[in-house]
Amino acid sequence: MEELKNILDHALQQFAAIGDEAELEQVKAKYLGKEGSLTALLKGLGKLSAEERPAAGARINQVKQTIEAALQQRRDALQQTRLAQKLAAEALDVTLPGRGLGTGGLHPVTRTLERIEQLFHSLGFATASGPEIERDFYNFTALNIPENHPARAMHDTFYIDPQHVLRTHTSPVQVRYMEANQPPLKIISSGRVYRVDSDATHSPMFHQVEGLWVDEEISFANLKGVVQDFLQRFFERDDLQVRFRPSFFPFTEPSAEMDMSWNGGWLEIGGCGMVHPNVLKHVNIDSEKYLGFAFGLGVERLAMLRYGVNDLRQFYESDLRFLKQFN
Amino acid sequence: MKFSENWLRTWVNPALSSDELAHLLTMAGLEVEALEAVAPAFNNVVIAEVLEVVKHPNADRLNVCQVNVGEGQQLTIVCGAANVAVGVKVPCARIGAVLPPGSDNEKGFVIKQARVRNVESFGMLCSEKELGLVAESQGPSTELRTGLWLLPSDAPVGKTLREYLELDDKLFTLKLTPNRSDCSGMVGIAREVAALTGSALKSLDIQIQPVTLPEQLPVHVADAQACPLYCGRLVRGVNAAAATPTWMQRRLERSGLRGISAVVDITNYVMLEMGQPLHAFDAAQLSGGITVRRARNGEELTLLNEQTVALDEGVLVIADDARALALAGIMGGQGSGVEMSTRDVFLESAFFHPDAIAGKARRFGLATDSSFRFERGVDFAATRQALERATQLLLEICGGSAGAISEARGELPKRTAIALRRSRVVRVLGIALDNAQIAALLKRLQFEFSANGDDFRVTPPSFRFDLSIEADLVEELARLHGYDNIPAQAPQATLTMLPYSELQRPLSRIQQIVVERDYQEIVSYAFVEEQVERDLCGNANPVMLQNPIASNMAVMRSSLIVGLVGALRFNLNRNQARVRLFESGACFAKVDGNYVQSQRLSGIAYGASQPEQWGAAAKPVDFYDVKADVEALFAPQLLSFVAATHPALHPGRSAQIYCCGQAVGWIGELHPHWQQQYDMAQSAVWFEVELGELTRAAVPHLSEIAKFLPVRRDLAVVVDETVAVQALLDAMQQAAAPYVVEIALFDLYRGKGVEQGKKSLAFRVLLQDTHKTLTDLEIEPSIVKLVDVMQQQGAQLRM
Repeated sequence: MEELKNILDHALQQFAAIGDEAELEQVKAKYLGKEGSLTALLKGLGKLSAEERPAAGARINQVKQTIEAALQQRRDALQQTRLAQKLAAEALDVTLPGRGLGTGGLHPVTRTLERIEQLFHSLGFATASGPEIERDFYNFTALNIPENHPARAMHDTFYIDPQHVLRTHTSPVQVRYMEANQPPLKIISSGRVYRVDSDATHSPMFHQVEGLWVDEEISFANLKGVVQDFLQRFFERDDLQVRFRPSFFPFTEPSAEMDMSWNGGWLEIGGCGMVHPNVLKHVNIDSEKYLGFAFGLGVERLAMLRYGVNDLRQFYESDLRFLKQFN
Repeated sequence: MKFSENWLRTWVNPALSSDELAHLLTMAGLEVEALEAVAPAFNNVVIAEVLEVVKHPNADRLNVCQVNVGEGQQLTIVCGAANVAVGVKVPCARIGAVLPPGSDNEKGFVIKQARVRNVESFGMLCSEKELGLVAESQGPSTELRTGLWLLPSDAPVGKTLREYLELDDKLFTLKLTPNRSDCSGMVGIAREVAALTGSALKSLDIQIQPVTLPEQLPVHVADAQACPLYCGRLVRGVNAAAATPTWMQRRLERSGLRGISAVVDITNYVMLEMGQPLHAFDAAQLSGGITVRRARNGEELTLLNEQTVALDEGVLVIADDARALALAGIMGGQGSGVEMSTRDVFLESAFFHPDAIAGKARRFGLATDSSFRFERGVDFAATRQALERATQLLLEICGGSAGAISEARGELPKRTAIALRRSRVVRVLGIALDNAQIAALLKRLQFEFSANGDDFRVTPPSFRFDLSIEADLVEELARLHGYDNIPAQAPQATLTMLPYSELQRPLSRIQQIVVERDYQEIVSYAFVEEQVERDLCGNANPVMLQNPIASNMAVMRSSLIVGLVGALRFNLNRNQARVRLFESGACFAKVDGNYVQSQRLSGIAYGASQPEQWGAAAKPVDFYDVKADVEALFAPQLLSFVAATHPALHPGRSAQIYCCGQAVGWIGELHPHWQQQYDMAQSAVWFEVELGELTRAAVPHLSEIAKFLPVRRDLAVVVDETVAVQALLDAMQQAAAPYVVEIALFDLYRGKGVEQGKKSLAFRVLLQDTHKTLTDLEIEPSIVKLVDVMQQQGAQLRM
């Protein structure tokens, strides 16, 4: 009995002291192996009497189970330790930067255009486009600006040949679209336009967005509603005020200049008006049945106000230090 | 149009401040561009006469003056100005006066009694500069402007300077739109203000001048359509050297016109007043009568500005029996104008039709006050009145006696009544104006009209050239009613969805792919330098601008490369080591007389292929990096690349890009020659593709997913360097069995173990059948076939 207890104590002590899995298996053999002390005791059972044998056998088996359990526990513990050490050794500096390609970004004008288009798409405006080298007819004549009209002088036109100009506005797209489609019509069209003008506040090339809505009941009040809604959504300011001032464009009547409240003053943001009956006549739309409004907005102007750009020329310099700020 | 507020207020004087008046005009469509004071604020400055000048006992440069400031008051004032003298009349700031801020006194300063080197001084004699008036009346030299301001000898002593010079006045500058020529005269602006405010309008009192000269020049109009009304009269015995009265001079000056001579000043004054340009000829220089006719081809005329213009039948001239005298409605000619010595004047007032004048001045590079008005339209009912008004002023100022008016009259523009329907007004504006409101607005506009229930008939006045259809009147009503009083209303319409095709990828999606591949978008000018276009695009026939803004912006780009290379260079100059840029936009070419405008997307990459980072060796970007970018752009469409030469590119490192058998663009390294010319340390890789192909997309259609795993076989071959990988791939694709689902290159090796001039290639072949597991019996023959076609191209199988 004394011996059995000694074996158990000894085994438990030894297991606890071992720090290596291989060594543990070796020590296991000392107790449970063929030559092990418990195995020897079990073998010795034969020498006992038949009455003593079951009780002695049960005691030895119990000790054997205890030792086996202790062994397994120790095995698990050692494995855990080993795993923990391995994981610790594998630990990364998670603060090292990630690797790979960087990302570029869109030009602020593109970013602004996308925003404008999204807002108008939400009202059901489709997108249309037209050529940048435009026929004189579409740029002027079809927009009720006959040759020699003083309004032509306001446009500072780049000429390619006597019949072709670099479009001075996006309005010719209106005409082209109305030629090809029947009302009701609801489009916006954006793109590059050109004027012979270059200083701190004028670029010979800039971007416009043109909007056109032709339907049976479209009024000047609706024009005000849509433009105001757009500007408030674009600048995300419900308190933004929009002012319409009488003005003159040969292709709209009544015509208006749109001003927006900004820093306590008014800023000119674009032109608009009700589509002139002569323009509708050019494209065979019955101006008695249909009414329409059109507006044109300066994209750079909107981008400048939205993003705090002060110098128009920065848009075209392609300076990465400028461009990356819009990524 | 620039004018003095005080002058306007002699016609109509609403109870509005200057700022309120400016706002009113702006909101009525007559935008006030500038509103400025004639003089800065100062007070207590009176006209003084210097009575005595004595050297200051204690200072060399100072004088002690006795001045008369009126009402018998005499003041002692110490003065340092060099031009002080007995008898001169000068502005005197009295004690308590506040002078305007200037460069040497920022806040403005108060004049106090002062002791100047032991002499008491009771005020200050002033220069124009000290009163902030240098621009208002410029003296002939700076010395005079810094010295005392010497006033005319008849200036009334004791009167305040502000009153004497009418300095309490403001200058309005209107930015007139082309439709409002009626406001290019004070009469029109006053009429507009009266309509807007309801204030009383003083009408111009024009007296018919007595005819005291029994002489008339015959006038004849050969083109009555271009000149429906011509009036002229002789005035003999005028003193052309007479001085223009101060009040007239001042109004001209405040409208931005320089005084020239009394006769010219009078014609200019009437133009500003009534909007009717006039011309005065020296009658002694005329031979025979006056004819208004088309110029003859080849006829020449030297204008008042000394410019000689070659005329043709498109141009209207005023001529006498011998020669063309003036460009009608634009500018007079030399040799027939009024000089100081002129005694006899022929005064002209005419109505030229806008169509006859429009564009003509611009054709000769001219823009005159006269052409500005005529090409927009002048009141044809006031032609004769303007002549009477000018005669009246001429007789008053220069004397003389006037002959009867000669007149040639053709068909003046018709003023037909325009139908105006209330229903249309309401529909267009979206506000419910009633008949009474419409009638009231028309009345305020001084339009003649009749009403029948909801239907009005409105006759536009002779001074409005912009009113011919109903919409024009609707605008007038809206303008006068006030745009501000039209509410902003969301439209009501039928809701329908926009079409949204899956066969097209939007440009924004494509831009996003390029952005994700580390390219930064730029926007560059579409016009470029001709030489660069020739260099980089090999374009000897670019689309040229007739009027470029600068020589380096003279032709339209045929490729986006020029802008990208320029932008790359710009950023390299700013020490950027890695630059990746892209742009999308139109490129231009002239093909068979038509302008082709193709939308393209183009990128350039320079520097390391990846941003500098740990754990990755820096490698300069090369052809294949950018090729992958292009392939990603088109995915899932497959591209093929065919070696080809491009003027901008390295001849051995450039290719044309094909998609579905169509050439869609270019890729390559910048030619070492350009790399050197643009001073780049490394080579840049550039690509450009047509957007059309790029936006094309297909609607996916699912095919069955194979249940059986694919079998992979690797094939390694050695071939000559000259054999293109694509050639082998194409050959294998051609020969491949239907269950060969992929053939791809996965390794390329040159060097040890491979003969010089050869390369080792390793291909991955995936075989798969949707319905069964492939057996060796099927696999092996198809692999043999692939090897076979490669061997036909000289490839040796590597074991």
